[in-house]
Amino acid sequence: MNDSMRNIWTIAKRELSGYFNSPVAYVFIVIYLLLNGFFTFMLGGFFERGEANLNSFFTWHPWLYLFLVPAAGMRLWAEERRVGTLELLLTMPISAWQAIIGKFLASWVFLALSLALTFPVFVTVGYLGSPDYGAIITGYFGSLLLAGAYLAVTVMTSAMTRNQVISFILSIVICFFLILAGWEPVTGLLVRWAPEWLVSTVASLSVMPHFTSFSKGLIDLRAVGFFSSVIAFCLFSTSVILRGLRGA
Amino acid sequence: MINVENLCKEFGPKRAVNNVSFTVQRGEILGFLGPNGAGKSTTMRMITGFIPPTSGRVTVGGHDISEDPIPAKKLIGYLPESAPCYSDMTVHGFLSFTAEIRGLHGTKRTEAISRAVGLCFLENVLHQSVDTLSKGYRHRTCLAQALIHDPEVLVLDEPTDGLDPNQKHEIRLLLKRLGQTKAIIFSTHILEEVDAVCSRAIIIDRGQVVANGTPAELRARHELAGSVSLRVLGVASDLVRGKLNSLPGASKVRVETDSNAIFVRVFPRDRTINGDLARSIADLTTREGWKFEELRTEEGRLDEVFRSITLPDTAPKTN
Repeated sequence: MNDSMRNIWTIAKRELSGYFNSPVAYVFIVIYLLLNGFFTFMLGGFFERGEANLNSFFTWHPWLYLFLVPAAGMRLWAEERRVGTLELLLTMPISAWQAIIGKFLASWVFLALSLALTFPVFVTVGYLGSPDYGAIITGYFGSLLLAGAYLAVTVMTSAMTRNQVISFILSIVICFFLILAGWEPVTGLLVRWAPEWLVSTVASLSVMPHFTSFSKGLIDLRAVGFFSSVIAFCLFSTSVILRGLRGA
Repeated sequence: MINVENLCKEFGPKRAVNNVSFTVQRGEILGFLGPNGAGKSTTMRMITGFIPPTSGRVTVGGHDISEDPIPAKKLIGYLPESAPCYSDMTVHGFLSFTAEIRGLHGTKRTEAISRAVGLCFLENVLHQSVDTLSKGYRHRTCLAQALIHDPEVLVLDEPTDGLDPNQKHEIRLLLKRLGQTKAIIFSTHILEEVDAVCSRAIIIDRGQVVANGTPAELRARHELAGSVSLRVLGVASDLVRGKLNSLPGASKVRVETDSNAIFVRVFPRDRTINGDLARSIADLTTREGWKFEELRTEEGRLDEVFRSITLPDTAPKTN
């Protein structure tokens, strides 16, 4: 293991243990699982559909994550700034990049763990019928990427402020925009005055079409590319914000 | 070990640090003094690489902190002003994390933790969560973090702030001991600390270095430094003045008469502080048969020197 991997691992380990040292992790997981169940079985009508797939499970993830992912990630940098440990962290012999990636990965692993705990729906659908396991696996993969993209947005907003609530709200607003970007009424607002290329650019920022392709059993490289670019862009912005903080 | 050249930092139109230069060698303990807002913390943040300077250069152990930060940061142990710690961790967990990030693993890490814990007297709270600690313990936890990798350079922003007198004393002893082999910079408001610990002191005011020298040199800037005060009984003041004035080492004699004793202050010709003037005055009193109650060489007072140097900022306006 080289030095930078080791530093990322150390940061991630600390951050992850931070979740489990407080009740936050347990409260989060319980609420996440309860809401997932509610959406899948009550709103999604899992049983009424009579289909051997998890569409009614995955469909709700963009909306569920809209609130839960910012809640899980809002403290990542905001808390460091508020308490002043940012000064400690950034004077350690590590680069800001390693800290950003370490924190991001820790939260992502935490979200992945919560997602993995939804395995009872997977077991249920396998018990009741013979689902297309490929589609379920790609669905999980897509859900994880979606969570990663939202999380990267939250990491960025978290670095913007020392107040977790502000970071939470900003993150929701941006993620909400990412959901709505391709929606008719939103593009309709732009169509009237914006040039064609801008409308299509904004529409292509929407997570929805990219996400739904996964639950159909496809791994669309464009979708993978889209989520990866959102993550890369937001983490890069985070590094710029942190540099700005120190330079100001 | 630490080399600071023409360091400047601007926050918008305000120049917080203005052309600060100094060096700290191994074995030196540099006290960093100045009124609040003078730029002490900003300078320390630039030395440790937390904020980049607007202009100027900092090298630590030969590594430029801006261009080659990682090797430079490896050499530094840093205690920030507010002594921040991760409050959701235990003291042991926190120290273990900082040891790991400093590249200490396995038995080396265990040894480093127990050494730092011993130095900072944290044995009793080792498995307590940081947010349940009192201020003094939290402060020492953060100090332990700075010492964990036995760094060659220590940058400590108010290391004794918030400690009780006994703890202050212990930390000063610790700094003195560490200072024999390391380069240490620490900032403080407490002037007695400078006398007790520092081999050299810098006074900074409104971003500029206004004094740089050993504590004795700084004290010698005091207007009364080197003068000898004498209290004699039952002698006419004119006689005393005349005799004292004729001493070769005396430049000026000021008589401040008390009701039944005469209090005289004799200023030396040269301002080096040694016992010469006091000895010659003692000889004189024996020769003349004067009874004296008090004979004392004034060493100068740091707090008054500090005040006179940094006064314009803090003094109330008189006009």
